[in-house]
Amino acid sequence: MSELVFVGLFAMLVLTAIAAIRLTDLFAVVIMFSVYSLLAASLFVAMDAVDVAFTEAAVGAGVSTILMLATLVLTDRWEKPRKNKALLPLVVVSITGAVLLYGTLDMPDLGDQNAPIHQHVAKRYLSDSGHEIGVPNVVTSILASYRGYDTFGELIVIFTAGVGVMSLLGGRRKKKKVENNDT
Amino acid sequence: MTRNPVLQVISKIMIPVILLFASYVQFHGDFGPGGGFQAGVLFAAAFILFGVVFGIESVVKVLPQGVLRFFIASGVLIYGATGFVTLYKGGDFLDYNVLSSHGPSGQHIGILVVELGVGITVASVVIAIFIAFAERD
Repeated sequence: MSELVFVGLFAMLVLTAIAAIRLTDLFAVVIMFSVYSLLAASLFVAMDAVDVAFTEAAVGAGVSTILMLATLVLTDRWEKPRKNKALLPLVVVSITGAVLLYGTLDMPDLGDQNAPIHQHVAKRYLSDSGHEIGVPNVVTSILASYRGYDTFGELIVIFTAGVGVMSLLGGRRKKKKVENNDT
Repeated sequence: MTRNPVLQVISKIMIPVILLFASYVQFHGDFGPGGGFQAGVLFAAAFILFGVVFGIESVVKVLPQGVLRFFIASGVLIYGATGFVTLYKGGDFLDYNVLSSHGPSGQHIGILVVELGVGITVASVVIAIFIAFAERD
């Protein structure tokens, strides 16, 4: 049953991606990206990764869609028709895709308990976090306590992103105010 | 931006609910799904909805750029300061066990404070990016 859900969601994911590539109406493309994120979030829920699904739904389907729409307001709604046939990019993409598919042959099956990722520290987290951290959500205890350094790093990445965007795009309002005062 | 009364009334009802849910995700992240990152984005989503429906000027009025900058930095500082408090108390950097005489309750305090820092920075960064984008038109 769950395999059927996975296959259905993945098929819809692929269809959405193709539709996003084929469409020339950029507004529709942005909405397609939003649908793509929502489908990805549903996949994460189906795989019991609710924390990731939560983030994907909020950031991917929500905030980034708004940001892309805000960008669209500043540019044109319609994509310019392409004249030249993109043969070289097609070859490059096909080769890259084939190599990536070849790479997946070595990967463990979905939900395989003997996969290396489940053999390393995951066992210790699952068995010991209950009395070491005392927090029912193991994801939270890994993120905030066992991997506190990494989360601090992530927070600084977000901080840097905010500072970068503010220094590149911010300060526009002051200029507008001056213009308004003149008129 | 057009003013649509239906959207305005609906979002006036929805925004407090979104903010409440964001707080729930923030402080209940130890027990259910969620945590600082998710709560921060949800919190920002409420302000973005406010900005989309009522105009970006209303958001700037509630959260001027100086206030946003203060919050962006203070979240990171709260996280880092927690690490230095644990150092001061004789533990390692971000070793929450020393925050309380009973280990797990110290962990609980540490996680709560650290997640609060994450939530504050994520929410204010997302709002700041949205304002930076939306102000340009």
